[in-house]
Amino acid sequence: MAEAPFGLLAELTHRCPLRCGYCSNPLELVRRRDELDTGQWFSVFDQARALGVLQVHLSGGEPLGRKDLPELVGHAAGLGCYVNLVTSGLGLTEERLADLVSRGVDHVQLSVQDADRAGADRIAGVRAHDHKLVAADLVTAIGVPLTVNVVLHRRNLDNVAGLIALAERMGAQRLELANTQYYGWALRNRAALLPTAEQLAAANPVVAAAQDRLRGTMEIVYVIADYHEAHPKPCMHGWGARQLTVAPDGKVLPCPAATVIADLEVDNVRDKALADIWHDSRSFNAYRGTDWMRDPCRGCARREVDFGGCRCQAFQLTEDAANTDPVCSLSPDRGTVDLILAAETRPVVEPALVMRQADR
Amino acid sequence: MTPESVPRIRPGARVSYDQVRESAVVLFPEGVLVLNETAAAVVDLCDGRATIGDITRRLADDFSGVEPRDVVELVERLVARGVVVLDG
Repeated sequence: MAEAPFGLLAELTHRCPLRCGYCSNPLELVRRRDELDTGQWFSVFDQARALGVLQVHLSGGEPLGRKDLPELVGHAAGLGCYVNLVTSGLGLTEERLADLVSRGVDHVQLSVQDADRAGADRIAGVRAHDHKLVAADLVTAIGVPLTVNVVLHRRNLDNVAGLIALAERMGAQRLELANTQYYGWALRNRAALLPTAEQLAAANPVVAAAQDRLRGTMEIVYVIADYHEAHPKPCMHGWGARQLTVAPDGKVLPCPAATVIADLEVDNVRDKALADIWHDSRSFNAYRGTDWMRDPCRGCARREVDFGGCRCQAFQLTEDAANTDPVCSLSPDRGTVDLILAAETRPVVEPALVMRQADR
Repeated sequence: MTPESVPRIRPGARVSYDQVRESAVVLFPEGVLVLNETAAAVVDLCDGRATIGDITRRLADDFSGVEPRDVVELVERLVARGVVVLDG
């Protein structure tokens, strides 16, 4: 039997006031009328806790877009879960935050798009940056730990020192600097987002120096730009190993991007018990452990280090999710990634960023 | 860290008991630590009052075979994970 999961990523809604072109939500967003209702989410939380979940990440889209967010927070906290609010900060007023914290929000993760207002608002597609400065002040004032999350790409990577300084000014306890992962809208916009090798070579030592300087004050988590690496990311620390995602419409996913794997039979909490899905479903067992692996993963010394990388990326770039993640230097498909890098990091004409569609 | 250092759970981290795993756990931003019996006893004493020296003595009384360096190493790991901070 699989070990119990620690985390539940609850994507409460795909609705979002931001229009970031790097969004990893799927191109086909779940509509409001198809979202789980309050009672269904209560049941998801009950089942998740019974299964072993201790961390509940309330995310989206923008979770503040759910009118029942206070009740959902209260329910998850009442079960003893550590409740993370993952937010754009838009719509977070002093009054709403005080209510959410009183009901059990333990930690706030706030997205930031760039180091300065003009750049950040261009990436977000709306005037968002000033709201984030206010939101950070509110969170630190109420005394809840703050994580600042920045998605890095060609258009903001040169500003990484400024982003670190901004997170320090905001009073963040943690800073996640996550190079864009190419799923959903981000894959659609890859040619406008992929950083150059030179940009990464300049940014990496800045991040490393800040990690040293701020140790004990602000933890900096750096997520690699995997297309440029020789080894894949240890995606989800293994398929169906530590965390599960429930999408706004109740689909239960081993990874937030897993709907891209066209031949994966995805189950829904409307039809099946969460424990049955975690332990016995085809989708969660498809790439669990190491038995599914082919060469070169099967005999690789790193097979329990990076778990063959990302199944979704293998599917997107090789049309077979059981292949080695093609970013791996040992993958027979690494050439595909090198061609993408050659073509897309130095475009002759800079492509426009296709903004995520507006709410429906 | 010295024997006079006073560890305490960092604000935002929380010690809890997980009935599913039948273990004490520490919950903190983006993380969970499942504690064994000794670690749970140490974390319980990271109360902002007891010194490392106090904790070492208490653990030696309650658990046979627990060496002072075991306690120090455990607290160092908790500090490195951002779960415990040291005063003094």
